[in-house]
Formats: sequence, C-alpha cells, structure tokens
Amino acid sequence: MRRLTWSDVTPQPAWLNRRQLIAGAAALAASPALARIEAAPSRYSTDAKPTALEDITSYNNFYEFGTGKGDPAKYAGGLTVDPWSVVIDGLVDKPGTYDLADVIKGQPLEERIYRFRCVEAWAMVVPWIGFELAGLLNRVGVQPSAKFVAFETLVRPEEMPGQKSPFIDWPYREGLRLDEAMHPLTILATGLYGEEMPKQNGAPIRLVVPWKYGFKSIKSIVRISLVDKMPRTTWNMLQPSEYGFYSNVNPKVSHPRWSQASERVIGSGLFGGRQDTLMFNGYEAEVAGLYSGMDLKANY
Amino acid sequence: MDGVNRLARKVPTWVVYLLGLVPLGYLIWGAVAGGLGPDPVKAIEHALGERGLQFLLASLAVTPLRRLGLNLVRFRRALGLLAFLYVALHLTAWVWLDMGLRFGEMATDLTKRPYIIAGMVGFVVMLPLAATSWNGAIRRMGAVAWNRLHRLAYVAILAGVLHLSLLVKVWTVETLVYVALALGLLAVRLVPKAGRARPAGV
Repeated sequence: MRRLTWSDVTPQPAWLNRRQLIAGAAALAASPALARIEAAPSRYSTDAKPTALEDITSYNNFYEFGTGKGDPAKYAGGLTVDPWSVVIDGLVDKPGTYDLADVIKGQPLEERIYRFRCVEAWAMVVPWIGFELAGLLNRVGVQPSAKFVAFETLVRPEEMPGQKSPFIDWPYREGLRLDEAMHPLTILATGLYGEEMPKQNGAPIRLVVPWKYGFKSIKSIVRISLVDKMPRTTWNMLQPSEYGFYSNVNPKVSHPRWSQASERVIGSGLFGGRQDTLMFNGYEAEVAGLYSGMDLKANY
Repeated sequence: MDGVNRLARKVPTWVVYLLGLVPLGYLIWGAVAGGLGPDPVKAIEHALGERGLQFLLASLAVTPLRRLGLNLVRFRRALGLLAFLYVALHLTAWVWLDMGLRFGEMATDLTKRPYIIAGMVGFVVMLPLAATSWNGAIRRMGAVAWNRLHRLAYVAILAGVLHLSLLVKVWTVETLVYVALALGLLAVRLVPKAGRARPAGV
C-alpha cells in the first residue's frame, strides 16, 4: 500500500474555511447550521489519512441520482431526509416502522475511519460517524431462524431522477449474512467528517461494510428485514456472473471484466499511480474467520 | 445542399484540425488548472476515448452523407487522423496515468479482459490507416488497394463500441446511441448503390 503522506491531506485551514462558508450560508438562510456530531474515536479506525471532504462528497456512485460520479452531488439536494423512517421487519421480536431518531436512540456513535474500496478499482479513506449494526439488531431482537439481513433504499423517483432509468429494478437492494451483519466492523453510518451525512453519500442513514466492495454499503436505507434465505441483491440481479452476494474485496479474484489486484487512490492526482489492493480491504485479521473453509473464488 | 457544399469547399481543412484539437486543449487546461474533479485520471481517459469514438463516427458519416448529396470528403482525412490521435492518447492515458505503468497487470488484462482486448484491436487496426493517410501512400498503393485497406475503419468502430459496451456497468442512453450510430453507419453501406440513377454519359 502506498504510504499516505501529509501532502495527501486537505490542509485543515482549507476545510475549516469551507465549513465556515457552509455554516455562514446556512445561518444566512436562517436554517440550523450543521451541528458537529459528538462521536467517540474507535480502535477500528485506520491510521491512514482521510480523503478530502470535497472528494468524498463529489465522487459518488449513487445510481438513484444518475450514473455519473458527479450526478449525486448535483441532484441529491432535493432529497427529503426529514422525516425519515425505517421499516424493520421479518424474523424480529419487535418489528415496526421506526422513526430515524428511534433507530439511532441509545446507540453509541463512534468515528470510524475506514478504507473504502469500490468494485471499479478505486479507493478512498472515509471518516464515518456511525454505530454498530449489531446494536440495532440486538435491540429489535433477532429470532433464531434468521440467517440473513436484507436492506432496501428509498424509492422516490420524483426526488431521485436516476430511478427513472428502466435498467435497474428499483428499489436498490443489498444483503448480508447474519454473522457479517453482527460483526463489529459493520456499521450504520449517519455522518462523516464529524457532520451529518451529506445527501449524496446516502443520507440520512447508510450501511458501511469496509471489507466488501462499496456497492454492498447500501445508502438511504428505508427497510431492514431479517430473513432465513439469502436475499436478492441489486448488482447480483443485474449481472450474477460479475457481482456475487459476498463481494468481499479480494485482489486474487478478478472481476470478469477487470482486475482487482490494484486500485487508484482518489485524491492522489494525475500521477498518483496505483496501490496494491489488500485482502478483505486490509481487514483480513478481523473478518477472515467469517469465511474459514469457504472457497472465496466460488463465493465471490 | 449545393449552397452548403459550396461553403464547405471554401473551408480550409486546417480549420477542422484546429477545431478538433480544441477538446484536447480544454482537457490539458483542466489537467493543469485542476478542473477535472476528484478523479482526473478517469476524466481524461473517458474524455479522450469518447472523442476518439466521436471522430471515428464522424469520419464514417462522410460517405453516407455524400450519398445524400452533402460532400464533406475533403475533411475525412482530418476526422480520421483526429480519431487516431484521441484513441492513441486514450491508450497512453490508460498505460501511464491509469495503470501507472504496471506492465505485468496490463499484460494480464490484454489476455483476459474482453473490453481491453476489443479496445486494443481498435487501436491496432487504426495504425495502418494513420500510416497510409498521406497522399503519397494513396498514389503508391493505388486507390483500389487503399480503399480496401481503409475498410479497417469498420473494424475500428465495431471494436470501439464493443469496448464501450463491455466496459459500462449498466446500459445508458448514451452508450446505446453510440452503438446505434456505429451500426447504422455500417448498415447504410450495405444498401446497394443501384437505386441511384446516374445520368447517361457520366
């Protein structure tokens, strides 16, 4: 992995300035200024330096707003994220429609600085704010027959112009095996860089599974279902030979159309070159045990 | 139409070259001034590839347009060479900026990845076209052989849209338009010319 140096970091005055501008603009518009979210540091954070806020918020795959990387930043502004509720159903003791505040209630917020690896072979480092999905699942009570967790993104074509595309069967769906969902690295994120989740990054609440390709980390979640069978997932439905259910970052298993051996680092400029991709995106020590005895080539 | 043809005859070909280089200048400006977004490498790579495809389509539109009465044949060489320039730069961007000169990985890609193979085929078949684009080559080869060789442009455009189609993760209207234009421009060449009545003695 290429060593990140201080030159990779957006200078603090620069991003502080941006925040002051944003805060100033917000105050002028007499709307509540972005509040800094209190979050504890985490032992799961990487010491790699985070990608600049501007890059994290302007380079997104969020096809609900269009297929271009800049489309989410351009079109997500109109998304209504308050009020927001999440349906939690299936094999749980306390199913129901939970208001967002209720979903978050009592969950300890942490800052998790995670490596993020897209299946398209680019990478970032993102300082998420969130809590462990296990905390929520334990609160709603997972029944013994539950084996998988299925997630769905909001469908609201009038606010999500990309959903007018007929090429994807909306809603966007993702899923995890229950043990993956209960793993302490798996979080529901509600913010990044110390502030509320930007809409283009999956506001108000999204999944982050750092050892899997980015498309597994579903955005703007409205439904979490505990189920006994492997759920259908959007990219797998589109191209089953290319996107498996597991989709763990694995430099030794190529995507049929491109290699996964290396990745480009967003923010490293024109001549940044590539760095080697790490097994499980660098989280091998934490998660390899989940897959012991499994053929990772067959279960890509 | 005659008016347009008369006007086209007055436009020197260097104007086409110059206009064709504007997007390149714009890209270089963006790269230097930092206006290409968070991933300038992909932005450059995509822009170069797309321009290559567009100029190739433009050069292949010349013959069908001529059958409709619009004669732009004097600009065809410029369009073809601009296509070659952009495709060559696209390849350079991949080798150098995107792959960071990781030749081992690129060699694997060239044997395993259909979209890379298709793209490379497109580039390779354009080489003899660029190499024989000067008047002397046409004279030496003879018009018949030269024309036959330059049918490789059909292979190039097919390889180009195949490269694009294999590369995209989901179909978009844009991709479908490129594929439709390429297939359309090739299909009209299958329409026999017999329908065109030629005045006697011409």
